[in-house]
Amino acid sequence: MTFTVAVVTAGLSQPSSTKLLADRLSEAVSSRLSAADDDALVELVDLRPLAHALADNLVTGFPPPELEAAVSAVIEADALVAVTPIFAASYSGLFKTFFDVLDKDALAGKPTLIAATAGTARHSLALEHALRPLFAYLRAVVVPTAVFAATEDFGSTADGRLGERIDRAADELVDLLRPRRDTTGPSARKTTPKRDPFEDVTPFDQLLRGQ
Amino acid sequence: MQFGIFTVGDVTPDPHTGRAPSEHERIKNTIAIAKKAEEVGLDVFATGEHHNPPFIASAPTTTLAFIAAQTERIILSTATTLITTTDPVLIAENYAKLQHLSDGRVDLMMGRGNTGPVYPWFGKDIREGIPLAVENYALLRRLWRENVVDWEGKFRTPLQGFTSTPRPLDGVPPFVWHGSIRSPEIAEQAAYYGDGFFSNHIFWPASHTARMVKLYRRRFEHYGHGSADQAIVGLGGQVFMRKNSQDAVREFRPYFDVAPVYGHGPSLEEFTEQTPLTVGSPEQVIERTLGFREYVGDYQRQLFLVDHAGLPLKTVLEQLDMLGEQVVPVLRKEFAALKPAHVPDPPTHASLVAARDADAASAPVENDATEAEAV
Repeated sequence: MTFTVAVVTAGLSQPSSTKLLADRLSEAVSSRLSAADDDALVELVDLRPLAHALADNLVTGFPPPELEAAVSAVIEADALVAVTPIFAASYSGLFKTFFDVLDKDALAGKPTLIAATAGTARHSLALEHALRPLFAYLRAVVVPTAVFAATEDFGSTADGRLGERIDRAADELVDLLRPRRDTTGPSARKTTPKRDPFEDVTPFDQLLRGQ
Repeated sequence: MQFGIFTVGDVTPDPHTGRAPSEHERIKNTIAIAKKAEEVGLDVFATGEHHNPPFIASAPTTTLAFIAAQTERIILSTATTLITTTDPVLIAENYAKLQHLSDGRVDLMMGRGNTGPVYPWFGKDIREGIPLAVENYALLRRLWRENVVDWEGKFRTPLQGFTSTPRPLDGVPPFVWHGSIRSPEIAEQAAYYGDGFFSNHIFWPASHTARMVKLYRRRFEHYGHGSADQAIVGLGGQVFMRKNSQDAVREFRPYFDVAPVYGHGPSLEEFTEQTPLTVGSPEQVIERTLGFREYVGDYQRQLFLVDHAGLPLKTVLEQLDMLGEQVVPVLRKEFAALKPAHVPDPPTHASLVAARDADAASAPVENDATEAEAV
């Protein structure tokens, strides 16, 4: 079957090492899925071109069309890969803004892989102290391995090599996706079917009774 | 169909001069704007309600009574009355009094308010916003419809043998609209009672308005008040006009760019495309406004926001002249020609009195029982 994987990247420079890490992660996830006769449809959500739209959404309370499309892609995906540069000991403001404008339940139950880049490895624990709590709050299911890439990692084969961390994280993400196919089938694979409050309205007598 | 204006009473500096009107000026200007609205032939003037700076929109019935004393014809309304944080007993008394003073030229729009701290300031909890709107309005309806009320609820001290005075004019409560940008529960509430539903239709894309109105119409029919296209719908809207559309854009842009709510965000062009805001010639305003009907159906009330973001009084009065002379007469004619006969006109005090009398003539006892059940 086909799994959709939304890859959110908040890199700012072009070319961007954050985007490079996001590409390597999405390749690793895709190749694992296709090795088992599944397909991966990667939806890349690059936040830099959405910077203005995100600021507009903060001000007006609604997403402009291009941002609405990106938000839908993330909400509807089977899995999320979220990659940010580390700024001032945490995720970047642009990265956080994207998750700020999502509905608070939008990521509930979604298999998620978190990753980050920075100039040196001294920033690596920002993944554990900043990104992991953010996605825990959003009730995403975050894989145990968070992937950090310092600039030097792109040219290193030393202990704890970047490639190995990518592979391990991708294995963990695919392990979260697979049972959904095997046990519940594609139609039941979403965590909880979303109730549309405009179609399925709470009847007024219930509201009157305080329910 | 009714046409009018609504104001939120913001005190905002004019970006050209950096000067904000004093509260006194803004309050007096609001009166001048309301009188002008009647003079140019508009049907409705509605004021918002806020309890914090930079607004002068507290004490709405004081404002509306002062306007009522100086006008003859225009309907006085609210946009919105805070049903969550205002004691329903005070709403019942204040608006019944206003009905008498204005000879029935009153209706109201219920809303929940948009300033978080207003809840704790009035001893309420914002997390109870919907339950407060539901319980308080249920009590308000009884206070207007039953001479003696025994009542106990969750949010207010109980009432035993309470009579709200004065009783509504001619025994008929003011018509009520319910306003909400995005809460389906409020559309459901309006539908349940067969009240009107008003969509702000300014700050968000038209698709949100369409979704809310569709829900309200469907549920209005479900509760047996008539067919979906007979539900009572009102829309907001925001316009700025000059004879030439380029002049309108040039003049309005500095106000748009720093306006409360959406200022410093999207460009004027983006916001015009994404929301119902129309900045251009009177012809463009007519065309856009007629288009609203395509996604909400035939509707009963159109209110425009024309006096915010620091626009000077002179400019606002010019906008009202254009609305009254060039826009509304055309809209009245065009909308009337499009409206099927079975779609009702907007309710007024006179039409509600006539409907009550017609009901009483056909089945007087039955009517009382239905009324008691409906609350």
